[in-house]
Amino acid sequence: MKLSVSSIHPGYGRALRTAVFYIVAFCVSMAMFLPFLWSVLTSLKPDDEIFAFPIRWLPSRITFEHYSAAFSTVPFLRYFGNSFFLAVMGVLTNLFFGSLSGYAFAKLNFKLNKPIFRVLLAAMMIPGVVTMIPSFYVLMHLPFFGGNDWSGSGGHGLINSFLAIILPGASGTFAVFFMRQFFLTLPSDMMEMARIEGAGEFRIFLRIYLPLTKPALATLGIFTFQAGWNSFLWPMIVLNDPLKHTIQMGLQAFSYNHQTDFGPMMAGALVAILPILILFVLLQRYFVQGIAFSGVKG
Amino acid sequence: MLRSRKLNGHQARMAYLFISPTILLFAVFTVIPVFMAFYLSFTNYDVLSRMDWIGLANYRKLINDDLLWQTFRNVLYYTVIFVPLNILTSLLVALLLNKARMGVKVFRTLNYLPTLTSAVAAATVWLWILHPEFGLLNGFLGYFGITGPAWLSQTDTAMASVIMVTLWQAIGSNMVIYLAGLQGVPDYLYESAKLDGANALQRFRFITWPQLRPTTFLVSTMSIIGALQLFDQAFVLTQGGPANATKTPVYLIYQQGFNQLQMGYASSQAFVLALAILIFSLVNMKLSKAEESIV
Repeated sequence: MKLSVSSIHPGYGRALRTAVFYIVAFCVSMAMFLPFLWSVLTSLKPDDEIFAFPIRWLPSRITFEHYSAAFSTVPFLRYFGNSFFLAVMGVLTNLFFGSLSGYAFAKLNFKLNKPIFRVLLAAMMIPGVVTMIPSFYVLMHLPFFGGNDWSGSGGHGLINSFLAIILPGASGTFAVFFMRQFFLTLPSDMMEMARIEGAGEFRIFLRIYLPLTKPALATLGIFTFQAGWNSFLWPMIVLNDPLKHTIQMGLQAFSYNHQTDFGPMMAGALVAILPILILFVLLQRYFVQGIAFSGVKG
Repeated sequence: MLRSRKLNGHQARMAYLFISPTILLFAVFTVIPVFMAFYLSFTNYDVLSRMDWIGLANYRKLINDDLLWQTFRNVLYYTVIFVPLNILTSLLVALLLNKARMGVKVFRTLNYLPTLTSAVAAATVWLWILHPEFGLLNGFLGYFGITGPAWLSQTDTAMASVIMVTLWQAIGSNMVIYLAGLQGVPDYLYESAKLDGANALQRFRFITWPQLRPTTFLVSTMSIIGALQLFDQAFVLTQGGPANATKTPVYLIYQQGFNQLQMGYASSQAFVLALAILIFSLVNMKLSKAEESIV
């Protein structure tokens, strides 16, 4: 039927298909976007309009009282700062150690290059739940840290310290793998030239190759920031001190303790999403490149 | 000759220096923990005092642990529904938004946005959407005269709610992976199929789907591994309730290990879960291989 219509009036069939596309695409996209819109609207509504039946879409007046309520009941600003610090540290360490190792695996000759790299890759398959408990043990009993003696007992090690989050994630295997794949695409003759001119290996890495990886570093940086900012279970395990809580922990505690304060809850959730959203708006193309990479090479 | 060997030796030494931070961290926070997890699962370690070897006692205990098997049933139910649904919806959205048209980038962005949210923030927003009286979803159903359920506090809809929320968060990134996969399908395949008179459905069945097999394999593997380790959303949305209907193995291991401090026992549970993840991944691998021979 459709075939016959479009064979008589080719333009008509195409217009119909375009119309269907836009209707379907609009409905799907709106369904995906609606939760954002709804939480923004809720966070700006006075309380009596939040609890209205049937739904009241637009607020009669815009109020920021829920934002101030959220920030005054819970030290959200402090949590925000903690999360920001942890995420940035994660980015810096992963960019540095990841590219240093990735460069070595991609560009330098050494006997154990392939075997070590294979072991790292294979270990990526180990589910996080297996290492969760013993990692806690290792951090608690790390010698000479947090009141521990040489045998790792006496104190509480790195538990309750930001290092308990920074150190285990400082050189993720994904970062090493990602950077290695990028360094492989760069030519090696620049290295030979620089060696003849007498440049040291670290200098060659830092001055010649690293500047060429800026797009890869941006992609990896965004990925690492997002992972660090959004992580929840591990910080909840190792950080007990309320002053060291992250924004995700703060948000969870808030929504658990104030189960009917939906206005402040939405305000808190939006604040917790905001940094990633800003990053996305500024650096959109690097986000998509990162996922496409994991899709093609993964 | 001698000079070049010396140079290579120097290069190798520098290489080991370069990878040493990564290797050190890997040894301390991956290698040691993996072996320790295995050891701990045969002990009664409880953080405070004991760490005695108790042989297979933990494993014997978990065979009769009804709660553990319930969490496994929950997460299997979740995985069996979530993973195929995830593949299907992500692929459909990718197919819809694959062609370059005016405004298609805006649609892609809108579909991608949910993946940016943290699990906690997403769950918090959905707590409100799924509110039985004033929530958006039941309000919507109300337009059609349907009285929606109390999504998160009924045993029959709680897991469906968790699936809904995680699906909302997962579609975007898988859509991008599928879009990248679709770009890789060569155009001439479609053109020759069109010449042979294949309709759109046949072109999908015999060109697109087989060509996307590596992509589907990647998406399914990642979502199986993620699904079996579900925690964040179940923790925030329902606290594992009602009546443990949404409690997952990771949730139980977390409680067992860090609230009740039975770390030895929790380690043995973690190994059983790891085994389940391995089995599911292998089955998935077999399935995508099996399809290869048919097509």
